[in-house]
Amino acid sequence: MYGNDFPADDTSGGLLGEVEAAETALREAAERGRHGAAGADPAAYFAEVIAADQKVEPRDWMPEAYRATLIRQIAQHAHSEIIGMQPEGNWITRAPSLKRKAILLAKVQDEAGHGLYLYAAAETLGISRDELVDLLLAGRQKYSSIFNYPTLTWADMGTIGWLVDGAAIVNQVPLCRCSYGPYARAMIRICKEESFHQRQGYEILYTLAHGTPAQREMAQDSVNRWWYPSLAMFGPPDTDSTHSAQSMAWKIKRFSNDELRQRFVDMCVGQAEVLGLTLPDPALRWNDERGAYDFTQPDYAELIRVIKGAGPCNRQRMEHRRQAHREGAWVRAAAAAYAAKQAHKKEQASQKEKVA
Amino acid sequence: MTAHAEMTGPGAVQTAAAPMAVPNRFDFVLGLADDALVAAQRLAQWCTRGPEMEEDIALSNIALDQLGAARLLLTYAGEVEGAGRDEDALAYLRDDREFRNCLLAELPNGDFALTMAKLLFLAAYQVPLYTALADCGDERLAAIGAKARKESAYHLDHASVWVRRLGDGTDESHRRMQAAVDEVWPYTHELFTPDPTAPVDPATLRADFDSVVAGVLAEATLTAPETSWMPAGGRNGVHTEHLSYLLAELQVLHRAHPGASW
Ligand SMILES: [Fe+2]
Ligand SMILES: [Fe+2]
Repeated sequence: MYGNDFPADDTSGGLLGEVEAAETALREAAERGRHGAAGADPAAYFAEVIAADQKVEPRDWMPEAYRATLIRQIAQHAHSEIIGMQPEGNWITRAPSLKRKAILLAKVQDEAGHGLYLYAAAETLGISRDELVDLLLAGRQKYSSIFNYPTLTWADMGTIGWLVDGAAIVNQVPLCRCSYGPYARAMIRICKEESFHQRQGYEILYTLAHGTPAQREMAQDSVNRWWYPSLAMFGPPDTDSTHSAQSMAWKIKRFSNDELRQRFVDMCVGQAEVLGLTLPDPALRWNDERGAYDFTQPDYAELIRVIKGAGPCNRQRMEHRRQAHREGAWVRAAAAAYAAKQAHKKEQASQKEKVA
Repeated sequence: MTAHAEMTGPGAVQTAAAPMAVPNRFDFVLGLADDALVAAQRLAQWCTRGPEMEEDIALSNIALDQLGAARLLLTYAGEVEGAGRDEDALAYLRDDREFRNCLLAELPNGDFALTMAKLLFLAAYQVPLYTALADCGDERLAAIGAKARKESAYHLDHASVWVRRLGDGTDESHRRMQAAVDEVWPYTHELFTPDPTAPVDPATLRADFDSVVAGVLAEATLTAPETSWMPAGGRNGVHTEHLSYLLAELQVLHRAHPGASW
């Protein structure tokens, strides 16, 4: 049913267009070239590059706090991609049709790819992937708390695509214009794939919502469970957000948590109507004055609890990751030993050649 | 559920050497399809559990290739049968006694070495099989073979690289890899059970398989075990105990909603 049995073509609410615009802006900035060079005052030059909407590149001088902020943010994003494979991976072997199985498997594989590009982007800041993975496994770096909720039914594959990938896109599209070049470029690539994920999720939900009564009920139940956790993906309200002001000044972040959350709600309302599903918020209504929907805020106390480790699946997700890492240790050791043996053989062969 | 009137009855323990009933084209295509489907399901079970992140991606890729081949083959099998069964009807609504995959594909994943041994043997069989199919008289099978052989060549390459690394890596990896080869090897014989009426007689693929596998095992400092045990029966629907569990997981949701579309 890739065809025309649902109407909205760009279900990402025009966000894909914004990704393309960011890509064009990135190309134009690169063509303009940066003025001048770092010279004697690298801090002033850094400020100039940011002010001119140019990109900071790995070899440039940058404030240590800028570097640390980026490492924290990119690592958290990479970890989210990797941990985020688990809730969806949970349904691959039970997908209800072979086509859906193939799409889901490819999607989870994409997420692994996103994790890898992001670790590579973080590595340009002078930290290794192994170090970052160790920080994750030691519980010293976080991943998105949304992945600490369980996927209980097949409909969750639809809802995660629609709402979770959808919220991720709303969050990430502005990052395509982030001041740090490698991150901005990774985000452009990732956002394009996320928009496919979002569309696939929407298709799953559309099919369920127009299917048997049991399928419909499964879809509605799923949206009921994921709506508020998805709203919480944008982080605490602006009044409590600690990192925002500095990140905005550095053009790492471009919109506040609440602005992005509002944009997401406004995007979802119409889509829910097309799906024929109800967003579980009796207070949801259009506000003419604001030109936006009024809605009930997610339970931020719950968000904090989940971030601190008390979500339904925190322990399970971390243990799953640790187990894979632990059980793979002998394989990685073997690959390293084999590579060392091969390198040694090559060296011996070339020495023999020299002697002969 | 349909009855299994075509089954050979209790006590019909199959061995690779025993003569088989002449299978029709439907059974032959179904055998290939089920090998691919069951292999895809097993590989998909690795997703999020790989020893490194790159390997998660590689195993998912191979699973996707196998699933893609399975879908083409099941669709074709359904057309050959002419009873209106599509890929999903064949994948989700048959019981284990109606599956025609080789036992090798359905064996549990075990550790990474066991999975690589399974992949090596399956790919070393599928490469010459699909290559031969690409030149066979059946146009549909020829097209599927031409596509799938390239994918299988990658699977073979991937498995060979890992078998060499593990075989010639550390003491532990060598021990695990040899144990995996020993465990899986007996199941390779079934793959080559003669069938002169098939579009490609599996017996003709043996020489190619033997030479490829011998080369990889030698480079990996491993030995092919001597064994007289040749378990078989998959092609006739007599499986190991593992298949029914694999299918239970694969089919549970589809069967819980009869007639629904997804
Ligand atoms: Fe992603
Ligand atoms: Fe995604």
